[in-house]
Amino acid sequence: MVRLPSALTPAGTVTNGSGPEGEATERAAWLNAVDRFGDYWMLGVFAIMVLVFGLLSPSHDLFTRASWLNISQYAVEFLLLAIGQTFVIITGGIDLSDGAVLGFTGMVSGVVMQSLLSAHANVTLTTVLGFATALLLGAAIGFVNGYLITRLKLPPFIVTLGSLTAIGAGATPLINGGNEVINLPSQIGTIGQTLIGGWIYVTVLVAALSCVVMGLILHRTRFGLRTYAIGSNGMGARRAGISVDNHLVRVYTISGLLAGLAGMMVMANFTDASPLAGQNDELNAIAAVVIGGASLFGGRGHMLGTVVGTFIIALLVTGLVLVGVSGSWQEVATGVIVVAAVAGDQVRLRLAER
Amino acid sequence: MSVTTDGVVPESAAAGTGAPVIAVRGIAKHFGSIQALRSVDLDIHKGEVVGLIGDNGAGKSTLVNILSGALQPNAGTILLDGRPVTFASSLEARRAGIETVYQDLSLAPDLSVWENIFLGREKTVKGPLRFVGWLDRRAMARESEIDLERTHIRIGSVNSLAGRLSGGQRQAIAVGRAVSWGSRVLLMDEPTAALGVEQQEQVGQLVRSVSSHGVPVLLITHNLPQVHKLAERVAVLFHGRIVADLRCSEVTVDDMVSWITGAALGTQRHDV
Repeated sequence: MVRLPSALTPAGTVTNGSGPEGEATERAAWLNAVDRFGDYWMLGVFAIMVLVFGLLSPSHDLFTRASWLNISQYAVEFLLLAIGQTFVIITGGIDLSDGAVLGFTGMVSGVVMQSLLSAHANVTLTTVLGFATALLLGAAIGFVNGYLITRLKLPPFIVTLGSLTAIGAGATPLINGGNEVINLPSQIGTIGQTLIGGWIYVTVLVAALSCVVMGLILHRTRFGLRTYAIGSNGMGARRAGISVDNHLVRVYTISGLLAGLAGMMVMANFTDASPLAGQNDELNAIAAVVIGGASLFGGRGHMLGTVVGTFIIALLVTGLVLVGVSGSWQEVATGVIVVAAVAGDQVRLRLAER
Repeated sequence: MSVTTDGVVPESAAAGTGAPVIAVRGIAKHFGSIQALRSVDLDIHKGEVVGLIGDNGAGKSTLVNILSGALQPNAGTILLDGRPVTFASSLEARRAGIETVYQDLSLAPDLSVWENIFLGREKTVKGPLRFVGWLDRRAMARESEIDLERTHIRIGSVNSLAGRLSGGQRQAIAVGRAVSWGSRVLLMDEPTAALGVEQQEQVGQLVRSVSSHGVPVLLITHNLPQVHKLAERVAVLFHGRIVADLRCSEVTVDDMVSWITGAALGTQRHDV
């Protein structure tokens, strides 16, 4: 995956009489069209998917309130993971551990709450402590990921793959003997089942708010700008005085924190903590981000794209169920979409560097 | 940065137009047994364009890296406006007012022009939102336009992505960024290495406009015809020493070549 940053390629060095400035604007015109297409094609894909699944589903089930509730509730965990993943991928990194962190933090939090309840602790306090456990634990794992990546100069792929294996396959099944935790405070179930205005689950609202807050941070604050700068030209960011390593640690910490929040939302949704929660979610989250227009080489991506990408993934899975396709084919479809999205990104980059 | 208040160089030490903005005194640097620089002296005055030339391995990049804070010398001092300074990092050199435009320009292609210009020194809004680092995008875009106007190179919109611009325009952003921070000296490392003829012309224009604002420019380059045209003086590095300080109006490009290769010193060429 060697690609020269475009700052190093002397674009527009050929002068053909029109002058460098005229040339640049001329180039920009059609390249901008490619960029625009690149940023918005997934909206078209989404529309087509809605149409196809809607028409194919028996008695057009897709266009019902029940179907919306189902899809939006299902999208919550992917959306929360994909928000953190968006930051990570924009820096040019990747977080393969977020699905495993989701499952692990949910289990640990579940066990903590279970033992607090059996010690007759206040139910509300137990819930609060359960949330705090999941969020802090998630953030701590993200911090360790970021620390290893920056201080030991290890590739993010390897570090987070290690976390995925150590946590997902190793640590999580050890908790509670690998059994689900079902003795949870009633508030957890309430959070999962409460509908606002009949259309929005509380968990969906939590994910949406996280999305808005993190989107504003990404697109409107110094932290967001530096996230892009690091992914676009790491050496340049260093020379501009940005402490790149500290920034990356924060980005991975955010990803872990959101995975912890996702763990609580999944727990609320199913009213239990399962050691199977979050398995293989990382691929869906990465797919959502890449479909949303982010580049795995860093420097590009946006929060709105991630939202659309997440809904494409959620719609794909639920839509295939609606039209009666088996679960294995959903996995095949997701895999194909990820590869297609990355390939599309490559084609776009090659066009843009022409 | 550690600036000591004593050790002010007397005026008499200065040659040319007033006291030098930056004065290099007896700088030496070795890497193991290899002596990259042996006692280098160099003065650069206000508004001056000075070329630093020399063959590969003569010590050009070592000297630039020392001036920009990336390397620390084994001996010698750097005087900035007469005061001795030491830099532990390139950030410290920058804070002291020594700006470097690197050969690769250090621009982020996915960021807009103004984002590149303000990267690392972003302006935030006033009010409570500043605590979350909320950017004052409008102010930065406006100030970027003003900074770039001085470079006389048309960029179009400061909202365009840096990666979409031509080589000359990117050079203008890098220079505009460097000089917009009130720099006292501008180092340019091989500014025209990857550029076509027309864009080399633009860079020349940039250099002149920077120096006309009083900021001296040190051009590190292999492009002898260009440095001959742009610079008032060239300092020739040969085997880690400055062997000649030539007035461009008094020498030809061929003279420069013979200094670079050591022929003018009577040294045999195969030594180089």
